Amino acid sequence: MSEATAPAPARRPLRPARVLLHVFLAAVAVSWLFPILWAVLTSLRSYEYTAANGYVSLGGWTFDNYVTAWRTAEFGQHFLNSVYITVPAVLLTLFLASCVAFVIARFSWRTNLILLGLFTAANLLPQQALLIPLFRLFTQVPLPEFMSDSELLYDSYWGLILVNVAFQCGFCVFVLSNYMKALPRDLYEAAMVDGASVWRQYWQVTMPLCRPALAALATLEVTWIYNEFFWATVLMRTGDKFPVTSSLNNLRGEFFTDNNLVSAGSVLVAIPTLVIFFLLQKQFVRGLTLGASKG
Amino acid sequence: MSDLPLVQADRAVPPPAATTTTGGRGRRLRLLSRTDRVVIALMVLVPLLLVVALVWLPALATVALSTTDWDGIGPVSEIEFVGARNYSDVVNIYPPFVPAVQNNLLWLAALFVVATPIGMFLAVLLDKELRGTRFYQTALYLPVVLSLALIGFVWQLIYSRDQGLLNGVFGTDVDWYGDPDVNIWAVLVAAGWRHVGYIMLLYLAGLKGVDPSLREAAAVDGASEPSTFFKVVFPVMRPINIIVLVVTVIESLRAFDLVWVINKGRNGLELISALVTANVVGEASRIGFGSALATIMLVVSLVFITVYLATVMREDRR
Repeated sequence: MSEATAPAPARRPLRPARVLLHVFLAAVAVSWLFPILWAVLTSLRSYEYTAANGYVSLGGWTFDNYVTAWRTAEFGQHFLNSVYITVPAVLLTLFLASCVAFVIARFSWRTNLILLGLFTAANLLPQQALLIPLFRLFTQVPLPEFMSDSELLYDSYWGLILVNVAFQCGFCVFVLSNYMKALPRDLYEAAMVDGASVWRQYWQVTMPLCRPALAALATLEVTWIYNEFFWATVLMRTGDKFPVTSSLNNLRGEFFTDNNLVSAGSVLVAIPTLVIFFLLQKQFVRGLTLGASKG
Repeated sequence: MSDLPLVQADRAVPPPAATTTTGGRGRRLRLLSRTDRVVIALMVLVPLLLVVALVWLPALATVALSTTDWDGIGPVSEIEFVGARNYSDVVNIYPPFVPAVQNNLLWLAALFVVATPIGMFLAVLLDKELRGTRFYQTALYLPVVLSLALIGFVWQLIYSRDQGLLNGVFGTDVDWYGDPDVNIWAVLVAAGWRHVGYIMLLYLAGLKGVDPSLREAAAVDGASEPSTFFKVVFPVMRPINIIVLVVTVIESLRAFDLVWVINKGRNGLELISALVTANVVGEASRIGFGSALATIMLVVSLVFITVYLATVMREDRR
């Protein structure tokens, strides 16, 4: 998708219709941002002030909510949990998906379509429909104690990593196989003539060429897995081990009457995804649309 | 795996001239060494095993369990086959089921009839390459970056009865999240807020892919902008339309996070996904019964997944 970073094409003089369009779009954009801005605003005000003067007021500015939220909610630990889950899950997803995608794109087998379908459809199934057997399975699979203090796949980082990988693989296989199919065939012919093994064709020929797609997918998958709420909620039990997105829910009860604190927590949870988004916006947007069109 | 026909090169792509001139090599290209076959098998089988074990087998198990009366505690040998009883129970004697189906359908209708056209309309406007279009786009799809759970919290600041913006501004006393008569609508606004950005993005990508000469031709014929869009551009975007349709259906069916963080999908916010979850992780674990609910979700989603796959794979072959 081509971003409109190109020199502004406003060569024509501004017509009234254009001005109207700008006014409309600006209004929509600002109203769209409003809930997020409101959350930031609320988080920066003291509960006492807003309780006394109402939320539709000005004043009571403070950073205390962030300090309190960080300390009471042990956000440091929960962010770390998110890192423990997200980083391995994204790397593993991209690696495994690119392997399958490579085979699908490189070789023409009759089974390829079935394979592609099995992976892509898995990504689209409703997670709740698989919950019951997975929940039972995870409580039955033992892990050695050094891997998980629950000694089960249930309530362990490993379990969450695996389930996220299994779910996200489908989308990445789909996108990467499309991408790889568009690579020039001659490359492989040349590689074969040079005696390159299949592994080398994958690792040294295909993967370097897939960097743009991998970057887009990595950005997207980091936000998705970081944002993942359902599996962490149902497959984790120990509060300390929750990733930060689902930990917020367990913490809300404590602050039920203090929305200023809740908003500070929300902003803290949102910050990593917002940072990724603003730094890698192009990749993010490209990733979202890669699956839908091959633009 | 090794006895599969190992045909190289895509049928669609003619072999490069070089290989046809060196006849002997052409045949050698078709052969793969033993190591290569093992590598290929591993590359496919390891991920496949993971997806089959954690997605497809559980899906089948859900269907199987839906015909039993298992409570999840007793040994597997005590599981009794009860046929379609769970399904008839779901429909006949489970009060939250009908509201859940209604809410799921309402969710679909709201996203499809309201949020999708708004997203499409905004995409059309933003496709005009205006100055500052980047800012508009960014503002619109910023919510897509946030998790739905987080969106539940963000909108709580607007909806809360005592501390919310809405009641503060209008001096009302409505419990937007808690009142079972209004909370589904309040939640739909939040869900739609996020969906519009996503749809806008998909259509923006789709519009960029439309051949400009089509529009020029329509302009030469004197077609107005709306009629160019509906008669020329929209039909050309058929694959995107189908993808948007399927994405919307599946998102509506999978909706969960938002209602779960509000009140675990009770008191006006029933959704099938929340009922399944409540039946498994809640106090009463009714595995067979929950599985029947889950199977219903599975069947509905598979219908649309099939449509989706048929669409994208047809596009693939082009």
